[in-house]
Amino acid sequence: MATSNREVEELIGRQYRHGFTTLVEADSLPPGLNEDIIGALSAKKQEPAFMLEWRLKAYRHWLTMKEPKWAHVHYPPVDFQSIIYYSAPKSQKDRPKSLDEVDPKLLETYEKLGIPLKERELLAGVAVDAVFDSVSVATTFKDKLAELGIIFCSFSEAVQKYPDLVQKYLGSVVPYTDNFYASLNSAVFSDGSFVYVPKGVRCPMELSTYFRINASKTGQFERTLIVADEGAYVRYLEGCTAPMRDENQLHAAVVELVAMKDAQIKYSTVQNWYPGDEQGRGGIYNFVTKRGACRGDSARISWTQIETGSAITWKYPSVILEGDNSVGEFYSVALTNNYQQADTGTKMIHIGKNTRSTIVSKGIAAGHGQNAYRGLVKVLKGARDARNYTQCDSLLMGDKCGAHTFPYIEVKNPTAKVEHEATTSKISEDQLYYLRQRGLSAEDAVSMVVNGFCKEVFKELPMEFAVEAQKLIGVSLEGAVG
Amino acid sequence: MLSIKNLHVSVEGKSILKGINLEVKAGEVHAIMGPNGSGKSTLVHVLAGREGYDVTAGAVTYLGKDLLALRAEERAREGIFLGFQYPVEIPGVSNIYLLKAALNAIRKHRGEEELDAIDFLARVREKLKLVEMKEDFMYRSVNEGFSGGERKRNEILQMAVLEPRLALLDETDSGLDIDALKIVANGVNALRTPERAVVLVTHYQRLLNYIVPDYVHVLVQGRIVKSGDKSLAHELERRGYGWVEAEARA
Amino acid sequence: MNGEVDTRGDYLQAIRTLEHELPGRNSWMKDLRAAAAARVEAVGFPTVRDEAWKYTNLAALMRQRFLPIASAPSFANEQLERLLPDGLDTYRLVFVNGRLRADLSSPTLGNGEVASSLAQQLRDHPGALEPHLGRVLPDAIHSFAALNTASFVDGACVRLRAGATLERPIHLIYVGVPEALVQPRTLIIAQAGSRATIVEQYVGADGDRYFTNAVTEVVLEQGASIEHYRLQQESGRGFHIGGLYVRGEAQSSFTSHAIDLGGLLVRNDLQVALNAVGAVCTLNGLYVADGRQHIDNHTCIDHAKPGCTSREFYKGVLDGRARAVFSGRVVVQPDAQRTDAEQVNNNLLLSEDAEIDTKPELEIYADDVKCSHGATVGQLDLDQLFYLRARGVDDAAARDLLTFAFANEILQRLRLAPLRATLERLLTTRLLQGRGIRELELL
Repeated sequence: MATSNREVEELIGRQYRHGFTTLVEADSLPPGLNEDIIGALSAKKQEPAFMLEWRLKAYRHWLTMKEPKWAHVHYPPVDFQSIIYYSAPKSQKDRPKSLDEVDPKLLETYEKLGIPLKERELLAGVAVDAVFDSVSVATTFKDKLAELGIIFCSFSEAVQKYPDLVQKYLGSVVPYTDNFYASLNSAVFSDGSFVYVPKGVRCPMELSTYFRINASKTGQFERTLIVADEGAYVRYLEGCTAPMRDENQLHAAVVELVAMKDAQIKYSTVQNWYPGDEQGRGGIYNFVTKRGACRGDSARISWTQIETGSAITWKYPSVILEGDNSVGEFYSVALTNNYQQADTGTKMIHIGKNTRSTIVSKGIAAGHGQNAYRGLVKVLKGARDARNYTQCDSLLMGDKCGAHTFPYIEVKNPTAKVEHEATTSKISEDQLYYLRQRGLSAEDAVSMVVNGFCKEVFKELPMEFAVEAQKLIGVSLEGAVG
Repeated sequence: MLSIKNLHVSVEGKSILKGINLEVKAGEVHAIMGPNGSGKSTLVHVLAGREGYDVTAGAVTYLGKDLLALRAEERAREGIFLGFQYPVEIPGVSNIYLLKAALNAIRKHRGEEELDAIDFLARVREKLKLVEMKEDFMYRSVNEGFSGGERKRNEILQMAVLEPRLALLDETDSGLDIDALKIVANGVNALRTPERAVVLVTHYQRLLNYIVPDYVHVLVQGRIVKSGDKSLAHELERRGYGWVEAEARA
Repeated sequence: MNGEVDTRGDYLQAIRTLEHELPGRNSWMKDLRAAAAARVEAVGFPTVRDEAWKYTNLAALMRQRFLPIASAPSFANEQLERLLPDGLDTYRLVFVNGRLRADLSSPTLGNGEVASSLAQQLRDHPGALEPHLGRVLPDAIHSFAALNTASFVDGACVRLRAGATLERPIHLIYVGVPEALVQPRTLIIAQAGSRATIVEQYVGADGDRYFTNAVTEVVLEQGASIEHYRLQQESGRGFHIGGLYVRGEAQSSFTSHAIDLGGLLVRNDLQVALNAVGAVCTLNGLYVADGRQHIDNHTCIDHAKPGCTSREFYKGVLDGRARAVFSGRVVVQPDAQRTDAEQVNNNLLLSEDAEIDTKPELEIYADDVKCSHGATVGQLDLDQLFYLRARGVDDAAARDLLTFAFANEILQRLRLAPLRATLERLLTTRLLQGRGIRELELL
């Protein structure tokens, strides 16, 4: 068996050596996935040899894997050979020329969310050259960060400029063998963000993909790597509340966080991709692998996520608590309406002594939405005095939706203290009546109760993000109340 | 202001109100008294627009409008305030946030400008004094962890801020000690103006020592069986409800 | 090939050799047996790759190749006496090697109530059993339950007429025998409004190796009420896979007390279908394990219809290298509005090498529901410990006392006082390791 496998690999390897050069010259690669495509992709991005090797190892491993089947997620099969894994950024002429050409529904949502006009153009993919005022702001940011030795750039740039750092940390938290979609991502990821905060440096501003002005669309296989060296601090914001225009149905990103001794990383996400229409057609499949490692003692990683978009969301931002006294946190709001499905949660792996984790998950299911929390709290043998607290609440709106809670708790150390609590209930008619009696409309009353339900999570977000998130919940629930 | 004619209401097929007639004019305070289960709370909830009550006959006019055709929030914006007997907890929603949202919804309905944060706070601070509550109270979640007395004072505070035309107070005195009762009564009395009306629902006469009603009605088994002035309340206090019930049957 | 397939073959062969002895000659019974055998053949036995078995590795059991044996070694009255809870006055049926021992059993009931051999009932009153036997079990059942259906030889049958109330509990004792596969089958049919208490006790002589593969089905018709005890006190080297499958109709009430003290490798499946409006179930459970014991409790409550209530409370105390698994699933079906479900699982780990895997699950497809679950893993409360020490109890005694109190919270829910007292005594010896009783009495 082993021999024939190697033979096959060699054969594939030979093929790509001959085949890929012509591909590099083309503007876009043809649809499909093989070693030629990966070779061409890597060459186009002028990557060093180690990157190509790593991509190919990931690809070969991916070939041996089966696409996962999840009990609570249903979707038609994905044809991986029909995806285009590299295409040059869309030329200006293909884009809408002004907001007049953009789907009015999208514009209506921007209006409700209060997105500034200039930003609306950017978000809707309108062809604009100098984007908005923040170009200069962004430059100022870059100077300031460089002064402190903080690296914040696109992944492609990092591969070119800081290959040693990339080689050291890439795949160190999410190995290319991790799972079907992480392996695929490792083989074909197009771009993403890279952050390195040196020892003892406290990043003075919130880093956000939002500020990477005019960075070309990172596409469906995004890769993010954030390293906080000893005693460093960084807060990273991903996504934004406005729905982004996107043609790709499948998204399989990987995010890796590394926190060394005494370092702290706070990672916040607002995910509001296209959820599909009222019948659930055409929405994004969002299969993400997010994981952080608290490598050193007293390291701290915190995930906060507001998930209101995508037809299917499958993600479990996790923390591996290796260092003694390290801390992992997960705060999540997941909302499903119409025919959306969300299967999300976290894994907290306690390895070091006196490690702590907190999980607060708030699920809201409306319409025909299906909302599942799936979480693992694992306390390994050496993890003395580990602590976990999990609170997992679901709110149901309407009798066609579903809310499910699947926590796994595995404890191998007697000094551990693990507490899990979950509740599921209908949105309270008494509360809604009370608010309406005070003059609020039915929709505002629902929005207010739901936002109250989510408050513990929102308070983990930066102020302005939290305000946007609240509006987003209101908008996402439209049509959920009769 | 409010005119109730031959109102019949049933809940899950069971008849609760059996022909209520009541006229409330601006500037008046009406007390509705009656034994437990006589339909007092049903009456105020039907007026406030709670779902689950079937009006099987009769009509209610409020400021010339067909009240029963309006939804609960529309009634609130038209100036009807219900002080709940059991105010519900709403975790995560602060008092101040609710008040601001409610006040602005009402002002918008009236075609008035929304209050800015400074004017709003000034108004709330003034009303807080009226019910003797501290400001930090405003930043706690609506009724969450409040004592019975705090909840009732919170209802009065909301009423004071929202300045309704018609206040319906459902057993606002229940569960209050004498100091809290006085505070609540002060709050209500401060609201008494020639333009406004108050309907008090209560089981005991005690509250009426502090809020003196113009009219007292006795509700028994879904009907107003006796009406009078404040002396009727004293008589009920002295003699209980038995004699009215007996008179009603006679 | 691998051992698992082999075992499947062995078991299927065993079913065929038992065929002449299997009770029930009717075609429906034959069909039931054949379908069950086909299921064993089709799906084989579970492995850790099956989600429901991911924490319970059966390799050790599969290696043993326990097979049915026809004749059991002697089991005397004295041996029985030692097992009986003091002062518990019951209707008693004793089964050795899965077969009724009339000589050890007390007389059956009068008044049309039945508690007797299932094999005999299958011969005498097949019509009364047909609608229920094998029908409470879900179709997609694991192969152990199917194996029992395909090849049980005997067991207990309890039938209660409408409105009947049993004064005394029914006590079913199942004794394992060395090196054997023992497959007791219990069927309990409680007609409308009937009430009874039923105790199932699984025992074996210490040091005996055997495999009990038990299945119990309970049907509660409208308004019936059953309090069910399952005392699992198998030998320390015994294997036990037990299934309790319950269907509750309108306004019925089912209470289960599942106490696991014995066995080397134990797996219990408890599934309750609340099948009509107003059905109620309460599931209490306690597992106490040490040494290399492995105890796995999988429960599932299916709220199939509106207005049903369930309460579940399981606790575990683990010492030595013991490992326990708790999986509690609560499903609320699309129609089941006004469901009220609560579940709690608390675990205490006493040693460095003990391990617990707990997995409470809520799966909810209706909106007007009130559901909650909670699970904890931890140690003794330090404040309580300090409180006792401040009152002069030494540290070790205080720990023992609190450990006992933790477990006793479940025992206090048992309504049969003599049984409760016996179990408390057992638990005291077990948890307080012979010491501490005096301190306990002093307090």
